[in-house]
Amino acid sequence: MFDRRLFTNFDWTLLGVVLLITAFGVINIYSASSSYRDIGTPYYIKQLYWIFAGLLLSLTVCSLDYHMLEDFAYWLYGGVVILLLLVLVAGKTTMGATRWISFGFFNMQPSEPMKIVIIMTFARFFSRYPVFKGLTLKELVYPLLLLGVPAALIMKQPDLGTAILVSLIAGTMLLFVGVRWSALGSLFAAAVPVVVVAWQFLLHDYQKKRVYNFLNPDLDPLGSGYHIIQSKIAVGSGATLGKGFMQGTQSQLRFLPEQHTDFAFSVFAEEWGFIGCLLMLALYLFLILWGLGIAKRCNDRFGSLLAVGVTAMLFWHIVINMGMVIGLMPVVGVPLPFFSYGGTSMVTSMVGVGILLNISMRRFMF
Amino acid sequence: MKNLNNIIPDDDGGGRRIIGLSLGAFAMFFLLLSRLWYLQVISAEDLIDQSESNRLRFVPVAAPRGAILDRNGKVLVSNTPSFSVAVIPQDVKNKDQLIDNLARYLNLDRKEIETKWTKGQGRAKYYPLVVASGITRDQMEFLEENRLALSGVNIEMKPIRAYANGSLASHLLGYLGEVSEDELNSERYREYNAGDYIGKSGIERAWESYLHGTDGGRQIEVDARGRFLRTVAETGSSVGNTVMLTIDLDLQKAAEQALGDQAGAAVAMDVNTGEILAFVSSPDFDPALFTGRMPPDVWKKYLEDERHPLENKALKGMYPPGSTFKVITAIAGLEEGLIDEHTTVQCTGSYKFGNATFRCWDHKGHGTVDLKKSLRESCDVYYYKLAERLGVNRIAKYAKAFGLGAPLGIGLENEKGGVIPTEEWKLKRFGKKWYAGETLPVGIGQGYVLTTPVQLASMIGTIANEGTIYRPHLVKRVVDSDGKVLQDYTPQVIGKTGLKPSTYRFVKEGLFAVVNEAHGTGGMSRLWEVKVAGKTGSSQVVKLRDSKGGIPYRFRDHALFVGFAPFEKPEVAVAVIVEHGEHGGSAAAPISGKILRAYFEGKGVIKKPVPKASVKEEAGGDGVAEPDTGAKEE
Repeated sequence: MFDRRLFTNFDWTLLGVVLLITAFGVINIYSASSSYRDIGTPYYIKQLYWIFAGLLLSLTVCSLDYHMLEDFAYWLYGGVVILLLLVLVAGKTTMGATRWISFGFFNMQPSEPMKIVIIMTFARFFSRYPVFKGLTLKELVYPLLLLGVPAALIMKQPDLGTAILVSLIAGTMLLFVGVRWSALGSLFAAAVPVVVVAWQFLLHDYQKKRVYNFLNPDLDPLGSGYHIIQSKIAVGSGATLGKGFMQGTQSQLRFLPEQHTDFAFSVFAEEWGFIGCLLMLALYLFLILWGLGIAKRCNDRFGSLLAVGVTAMLFWHIVINMGMVIGLMPVVGVPLPFFSYGGTSMVTSMVGVGILLNISMRRFMF
Repeated sequence: MKNLNNIIPDDDGGGRRIIGLSLGAFAMFFLLLSRLWYLQVISAEDLIDQSESNRLRFVPVAAPRGAILDRNGKVLVSNTPSFSVAVIPQDVKNKDQLIDNLARYLNLDRKEIETKWTKGQGRAKYYPLVVASGITRDQMEFLEENRLALSGVNIEMKPIRAYANGSLASHLLGYLGEVSEDELNSERYREYNAGDYIGKSGIERAWESYLHGTDGGRQIEVDARGRFLRTVAETGSSVGNTVMLTIDLDLQKAAEQALGDQAGAAVAMDVNTGEILAFVSSPDFDPALFTGRMPPDVWKKYLEDERHPLENKALKGMYPPGSTFKVITAIAGLEEGLIDEHTTVQCTGSYKFGNATFRCWDHKGHGTVDLKKSLRESCDVYYYKLAERLGVNRIAKYAKAFGLGAPLGIGLENEKGGVIPTEEWKLKRFGKKWYAGETLPVGIGQGYVLTTPVQLASMIGTIANEGTIYRPHLVKRVVDSDGKVLQDYTPQVIGKTGLKPSTYRFVKEGLFAVVNEAHGTGGMSRLWEVKVAGKTGSSQVVKLRDSKGGIPYRFRDHALFVGFAPFEKPEVAVAVIVEHGEHGGSAAAPISGKILRAYFEGKGVIKKPVPKASVKEEAGGDGVAEPDTGAKEE
């Protein structure tokens, strides 16, 4: 069943860029965690395991024709929504949030696969939905319900970051499908009271505090504003050429919080400077444009929608993480794809890459 | 296959929207890049500074204080190494065990160590926490041998004050103490850190800025939790400057010995420069106790002693000058033309003023008294009558011309100015008008009049040099560690009395008679080798009526003597006060004699201890006003 064309059409460029970014990521994690006390396997080794596992998963995903996903999309959607409900009922609570569900031998965080599943669901929904001159407000009701149910459940955990990401991914896909200006206008008009209500009743105090601190980190420089201030100092003190590998004082002396995960990029920025950041931004931008190119070259609508969705997922992760690290956005726990330490993020991103590879190498098959 | 059905033609082509999304992505990345440019290029300098101050800390190393020398370069205060035990919290493995061990090895109370530990907890983990200071060399060696059981313990050497002559001149030199919270907040100690030792009194305080030296320090790198990682840079401390006093160590010793364990003060001054040669306040205290651990019982003893050992009596003790003030009244009379050297007064032992009776100290009366006799025998009636004619304001005019009634600016803190009453002064102070009857006691240095021993020394010195008031000063010069003179305190004239030469001549003749003639009250200060002149005084503490014998110590009169020598060409002036010593002639004059003897011995004028001067002239009796009325009531 393996067509030779699949191999000749394999998207080596995409894989290459991803591997390059992961390589930088591993090197950076090595530096970021070198000041940690060594307990067990070092983080950069563990990250290598995760990359390897992610690649296997990615290749598995791309070996199966992505069109099969179209049949499973709604089933997957239903399944993950049930898991999200289960989390609320019987989830594990860590650090004040209930995000994990335990299956005895392993734990999972159903909000993470929802990022991929919402892409499939929307792709499935719109692949057979004829759109002329953009979606009207009425036509938006179903898609917004599809998005709203899981987003609300995730928000309830509470996991604002993931809820926003899922919404942004879905929103980007909607824009790609096309939304009429009138509908957009109405949505914005409706959004204002929703935000006000959400701020008043849905957001937790710690989430509001993050927003306040983002707006004015000096309010509480030693408390919750600390992260933003220290990260900005790290990034800025890297200056043009950086302090050098393993030479970042902010990171090596542990002034940065979460420096191997969410704030990994500030370690990189401190040690490699503006030049290093420019390189990383270029690589990520290339990845995004390449993903959009795959969407463009794809001959079927489901594939295009999938590719746009996956690219949007990567894009928003990158923008939110970097925006947070350099003080453009409030602190939300969003990792930098392929770069931050963490198995969950690596697996999700690699599955996304698998989907992109899948679409990319099957573009000539029809 | 179903897949083929999926191909629904786009309404206006996905391609255009892909381009739109790409542009959106570009825009977002451009925003990120601009922000990175702003942080890493535009704000880089500022943020580099911030990252440096994040990781770098400064640990000061105290500079050794400068020495204090006497006028001949003899050491009065220097430094000696002191060993203290410090704990660096970040290196301590087992806190409880360590405290136990330290308590055992150093023979200290466990609680005391724990208290110090808790007090220092707010500080960074790398900061040495001193738990015991001033340990002995044996203890130090013992700790060194048991290092293994004491991880996290550092033995630090720091210089502390060494007082070469124990408690000698303790009030003048002053003591050290930790800088207080209030001082840290003041402009004067802006550069200081908590825990620094500063001069708390005397020269140590007043010349602090010269003595302190420049603290060095180590710049260290710390992590986010404040734990020491390494030393980045080190700057050495530089020793403070040497302060050379005008004090003469030998004379100071002699003066302290002369005063013995009596409470009081003695000041010896060079009449031609204002340099203070001896500066004694008694009883004294041990300044070394303030640097280390002050035993609570000693502190309590100091505070409760009715003779106030911590008070600098020479500078801050305000006493009625008693009969020593008659010099001023006499000068006022001569200058105002109310008397001359021949003017006589009849003394019957008392003087009636209104319905009050003012008594002379000699109830039998002095008979016919002229100026010389009035000084020699300290006749009170002569001065009651003169004061009555002068009025209080004219007396005050001459007292002030001699620098009384205001601080002289000796250079130490809280110098007292004393009181020279005038009519306006009383109105301002008490809101009451001056009564003529109040003028009479002023004429003999009682009533409202208050002076300090330093002022009295300056006053008699000004009479000795005939009219020039030099600022009394304690420091000759300040020299840095290379021997370069930073500050030279040359004699400073702060006033001229501008009196007729004859006035001085008549007064000085009287003062000579006090010491050297029969019936003089100051005979016990006489030297055979050098001519001394002076004036005795006894000043009333409380008014007592005919109390004979058992007067409680604290109610007895103060004994005073002011004098100068040599008579012909004065060099040195002395003022002595013995608290509750009762009679100037018997209590203060001999002390003055000993001080002057020591001075001339030091000069080589007097060879060696000669047989004691066996002069016994009517010593003891001295003028104390005992008016029977309420004229002196305040």
